[in-house]
Amino acid sequence: MDLRYSESDERFRAEVRAWLAEALPALPPKPGPHDWDARRAYDTTWQRMLFDAGYAGINWPSEYGGRGASPTEHLIFLEETERAGAPYVGVNFVGLLHAGPTLIAEATEEQKAAHLPRILRGEEVWCQGFSEPGAGSDLASLKTRAVLDGDHYVVNGQKIWTSFAHVADFGELLVRTDTDAPKHKGITWLILPMDTPGIEVRPLRTIAGSSEFSEVFFTDVRIPVENRVGAENDGWRVAMVTFSFERGTAFVGELVRSMKLVEELAELARKLPRGSGSAWDDDGVRRELGLIAAQLDGLWHLTKRTITESERTGVPGIGGSIFKLYYSEVRHHLGDLAMRILGTAALATEDEPAVDHVRGWIHAMSISIAAGTTQIQRNILSERVLGMPKEPS
Amino acid sequence: MNFDLDQDERALQSAIRDLCKGVFPMETVRGLESSGGISAETWQALEDAGVFSLRLPESEGGAGLGMTAAVIVFEELGRALVPGPLVGTHLAKTLGLNQARVTFANRNDLVISHLDSSDAVAVVDAEGIWLISQNAIAGEPVALPLDPLTPVSRVSSLPQGERVNEGADVSATRLEASALTAALLVGIASAETDLAVAYAKERQQFGRPIGSFQAVKHICADMLTRAEVARAAVYAAGVHLDGNGDGDTARAVTGAMLLASEAAFANGKACVQVHGGMGFTWEIDAHLYLKRAAALIALHGGADTYAEEMAAAL
Repeated sequence: MDLRYSESDERFRAEVRAWLAEALPALPPKPGPHDWDARRAYDTTWQRMLFDAGYAGINWPSEYGGRGASPTEHLIFLEETERAGAPYVGVNFVGLLHAGPTLIAEATEEQKAAHLPRILRGEEVWCQGFSEPGAGSDLASLKTRAVLDGDHYVVNGQKIWTSFAHVADFGELLVRTDTDAPKHKGITWLILPMDTPGIEVRPLRTIAGSSEFSEVFFTDVRIPVENRVGAENDGWRVAMVTFSFERGTAFVGELVRSMKLVEELAELARKLPRGSGSAWDDDGVRRELGLIAAQLDGLWHLTKRTITESERTGVPGIGGSIFKLYYSEVRHHLGDLAMRILGTAALATEDEPAVDHVRGWIHAMSISIAAGTTQIQRNILSERVLGMPKEPS
Repeated sequence: MNFDLDQDERALQSAIRDLCKGVFPMETVRGLESSGGISAETWQALEDAGVFSLRLPESEGGAGLGMTAAVIVFEELGRALVPGPLVGTHLAKTLGLNQARVTFANRNDLVISHLDSSDAVAVVDAEGIWLISQNAIAGEPVALPLDPLTPVSRVSSLPQGERVNEGADVSATRLEASALTAALLVGIASAETDLAVAYAKERQQFGRPIGSFQAVKHICADMLTRAEVARAAVYAAGVHLDGNGDGDTARAVTGAMLLASEAAFANGKACVQVHGGMGFTWEIDAHLYLKRAAALIALHGGADTYAEEMAAAL
């Protein structure tokens, strides 16, 4: 075993670092959290800058315009961009990380040509229409109905937790096309143009106070059959195919951010007065910070194990679910500890030093819910990895 | 970067695992309780396998391996619950000392493990590494030690002993002791997971295996998760000590010891819980893993020490 980076990896890191040093000062000022048009413009400008520099779709295969970077290079790229404080993937999240990879794996050449280059250049923003009010953890029970009418599907129903729907051009939409088949066998994956008549987007205000997510209502929305990706009723498999793209890097940006935050919190604890000293004089505070730091380091090492495994085997191992479960718990602990250290300072949420820590504390509550709740991760690990029997249904 | 066992490391892992299966099945391990965790034959098997000498150069009868290999070996010893002064003896051998068995202690400990079966006690403190002959220590054996396979003796004070670290790096030895202990602990954490999972699949209540209940299987998922993250940290500690790391070595080792301590202790308790009433019996092995974990953690300074060291690095 060897954790050192190869010479070519180090060259890649130096190249990324040099580019970031040049590119980041050229960015326009960051828009406010509620100015969605400006946020879209900002995120897509950044995506265009990445594209021009050859970093767009870093892990996408080169035949589809990506960089075709190795998992290790991908890790380096994510680490460097996060450390440099580069913009988050933002509104390009679904296009780059989910819809794009799905199209690469399953779409026709026409569909690929129509969308992939535009996603990479930041010209096309995607959202995800998967979850429904009645279909969360049990996603396959989704009910949004699509009925074939000539060369169109006519869609009626409702989606929820659709991120960036109000600024998106397209959505990846899962619909029920067969109500008689077993739930996983009657779903179809459609490309949804967001300007189609009959779509109503209602932003959803979260406990963070912002509205990244929307509810989307469909009334007789007509989607051309040629927008179908994969076969009719094969949409569940199509939707799951992106997991094979996952190489253990999904949460690297998150992890690096939390590693920075724990250092900042330690510094803050040394400054914040408590009794006659500082919060740092509290044994409990120090030791919990030490534990969290060790746990985040442990996740960094786990990430490298997962990446090595995926480089060797080409498929993601068990590292992803373990990471998600463990990281969620650590992220909660980090946020909770920050709240204790901040005390009343936490109440002024927009001020320094509270802002990042309070946002993180609230963010933790979404981490343990989104993309498979902590409870679902425990089911996955116990049933698929440990081979424990399923609950009878 | 290649953070997965290479071919040689895999071969070493499976060789030591086979050795443990052959020489240290649980009946044998339990049988060692009456002899302080050691028998001439089992100890000889460890020596012959190179457990203590593997880092010595081949010219001195070793295998010329590094800490990465040592960590892989000690993980398996922990998994099999192999008793004895393993860490002290390995480090003494690596430092070129001739004693057959050496147990590790802290200067201010009032309780020392494996005193009667060791030739000497090694103390590592800020000034250096000290070797104290066993017969120079007045120890009183404890009738019922916490871990039945880790015999301990009460001592009131330790003689200063002989300084033996000419040319040795004291802080490196300290880190090596932590990494090897962490490896034992991570092996224990994994064994505890396996034991709990096997029982939960087999034990029937309410007409079905208890492992089908989320209330039980989620405990097992958490056990797996703790063990796997700790394992990544422990391997990273070994790799760092061999100079092949990507960060600060002391931090990597300290973090590994902290995570392995947490994993072995928490998994030990979870393993007892998953076994229900049976877990509270002497007959079921769950308590042996938990007690070994608790003993190893206490003998190596306690998890709080490592949490403080991590905090100091922030």
